[in-house]
Amino acid sequence: MTVGLVLVSHSQQLAQGLADVAGQMAPSVTIAPAGGQQDGSIGTSFELITAAIEQADSGDGAVLLYDLGSGFLTAETAVEFLEPEQAERVVIVDAPFVLGAVSAAIAAHVGGDLRTVIAGALDARSANGPGGVRALD
Amino acid sequence: MSCDAAGTVAAVRAVAATVAEHRVELTHLDREIGDGDHGENLARGFTAVLTKLDAAEPADPAAVLKLVATTLISTVGGAAGPLFGTGFLRAATSLGDAAEIDGTAVATALTAARDGVVARGKAESGDKTMVDALTPAVNAAKAAAAGGASVAQVLTAAADAATTGAAETVPMQARKGRASYLGERSIGHQDPGATSTGYLLQAFAGAATG
Repeated sequence: MTVGLVLVSHSQQLAQGLADVAGQMAPSVTIAPAGGQQDGSIGTSFELITAAIEQADSGDGAVLLYDLGSGFLTAETAVEFLEPEQAERVVIVDAPFVLGAVSAAIAAHVGGDLRTVIAGALDARSANGPGGVRALD
Repeated sequence: MSCDAAGTVAAVRAVAATVAEHRVELTHLDREIGDGDHGENLARGFTAVLTKLDAAEPADPAAVLKLVATTLISTVGGAAGPLFGTGFLRAATSLGDAAEIDGTAVATALTAARDGVVARGKAESGDKTMVDALTPAVNAAKAAAAGGASVAQVLTAAADAATTGAAETVPMQARKGRASYLGERSIGHQDPGATSTGYLLQAFAGAATG
């Protein structure tokens, strides 16, 4: 059992593409994309996010990342509708979507617990920061 | 019109008709400062609400609003889904299992709805969001209810204040939501969420007035 990831995006392709990229380095991790609305149009879907949480959380918890603010609103609503016992281990993290997903996926792949995977996602905040800018000089 | 379960169902049907009527206009407003889907998303949500109402027989006003809430959350794929959904859900909770509601209960429900929207979206007055329609509506509803107003009078006061509040979002610069990325360029456009909030309350008021 490992911590899973839920990738909430306004686009089905963006969520799926990111799941593919992050999954390449974390084959043991369930990365559930929840992109677009149920009819495939741009937006976010409470139903798709809820289904993705069920897929990603095997009991060890899941980290949920989102692309834009309204994705957070829908994700937060979905988590609130979970049973309290499950809601405790499904954590929405405010981190860069792409870097955060890759970083969190790797943390989960090497056996990190929920806390470590959250930290992995948050680490991505600085991964492209001062160091990355300095590299351009 | 009494405000029992049947009256609430009739009001929600009126809201759905109003949303359908203003679908293109709301989408147009949202295209100016947002992602251009507000009218379509709300119309999809309320079409689904009508389908659910055809199959359900809600026992009391709260059950009607709860049905609206869960349907909007499931079917409106933008910020409006969780925001309106949370608002209707909090309103439903505040009504309890009352079979009929009076003006005071309506004002209390509207206050709960506004508080829910604020808790969900973290917007404050002046951010150019639906809160700029909801908060004046709450204040007007409370004042009317304190004076012993009927359901229709409370809703009419709320709707008029919400419509005025929505118009007052035009000169505001957006500080929440997609429009905030536009910075100063969000000035000069009426907020779509505040606008639809005004329409929703106008429809409720119209239905209650009969």
